[in-house]
Order: sequence, then C-alpha cells, then structure tokens
Amino acid sequence: MGRNMNSVTKTVLAIAAAATAIGGLATPAFAQRDPAYAAARSAGQVGERMDGYLGIVVAETPALRRIVNDINIKRRAVYSERAKATNATIEEYALTAGCQAILATAVGEKYQAPDGSWQTRTSAAPLRDPRCP
Amino acid sequence: MNHGKVSGRMAAAMFGTVALGGCITVNAPEEPIVIELNVNIRQEVIYRLAEDAGNTIEDNADIF
Repeated sequence: MGRNMNSVTKTVLAIAAAATAIGGLATPAFAQRDPAYAAARSAGQVGERMDGYLGIVVAETPALRRIVNDINIKRRAVYSERAKATNATIEEYALTAGCQAILATAVGEKYQAPDGSWQTRTSAAPLRDPRCP
Repeated sequence: MNHGKVSGRMAAAMFGTVALGGCITVNAPEEPIVIELNVNIRQEVIYRLAEDAGNTIEDNADIF
C-alpha cells in the first residue's frame, strides 16, 4: 500500500515537473496576491472601486498607499494592453473590469457602490453600475 | 398707505438679501470629484468587453 502510494506520488510529481517544464515562465494564471495586499484586502482596508482600480477604504497610511499604487499601476498596464487588443479605450476596459472585479469579491471584502460609498460584500449580489453585465 | 409701501420695499429688500444669501452659500465643491463615473461609456461596449475583462482578471490573479 505504502509502496503503491509512493509510486502514485512519484507519478504526480513527474507530471507536475513536466507541466512546469512545458509551461516554462508563463504561469501568471497561478500567481498569488502579494501577502501585504492579501492582508489589506481581507482586513477591509482596501476595496474594489467601480472604475476598475483598487481604493483605500480606511484612513490612508503610506503603506496602504504603496500597496494600492503598485496594484493600480500594474492594472493600468494590463488594461492598456487589453484595451488596445479589443479596440476599446482604457476607461471602457477598466470600467468593465471593475464590474467583474466587484462581482468577484469574496464575502467580507470591500467594494464601491454606484453612489460612491464603500460596501462590505455579503452573500447577496453586490450593488453595481446598472450597465454592468 | 405710505407705510404699506415702505413695508413692501423692505420686504423686497429682505427677499433680495435672502435670495442673494442663498446665492452666496452655494459654493463650488472645494475638492475635485474623485469618482470618475464615465457616463459616456455605453452598456453595449461593456457587454462586448465583459468576457475579455473576466479572462484578464483570471490571468492576472495577483493584481486583482
């Protein structure tokens, strides 16, 4: 039994190694949030703005500003690239991503409602712009 | 008669002051409006981009 499990484990590891080799460096889909960002997010210090960018929910600190600016610069770069690819403006693409990002928030996380207020996500559908799909 | 006329003028003057006061208290917001809700973006554009944006979020999970 133990031997059998071992060989299964080895097989799994071999497949994983092969997949990694094939995948090479292109593994952004599995990239995790930076721990500081993840912590600020689950603590409700930062939240999803309706324009597709991250916002500070609580009193601003240099640390939070750093996290939010870092994320937003990266998001803007991605929006810019995808907007070009889809013949849209950055604002159009960002707003659409905002719709999706708010929808994807987990229970307890913060998001911005259409009236500009910060809301805590519950199990119910989030309050979103009426144009959101 | 004359008294009534004066009262009328005073009332008009007071009304003017109130109206003027009302005008003065309407100030422009001191801070710029932070939320840029682009009202020109149409729903059909958002619908067209929705799938691509959803994929983008999944592919860049570290920044979303």
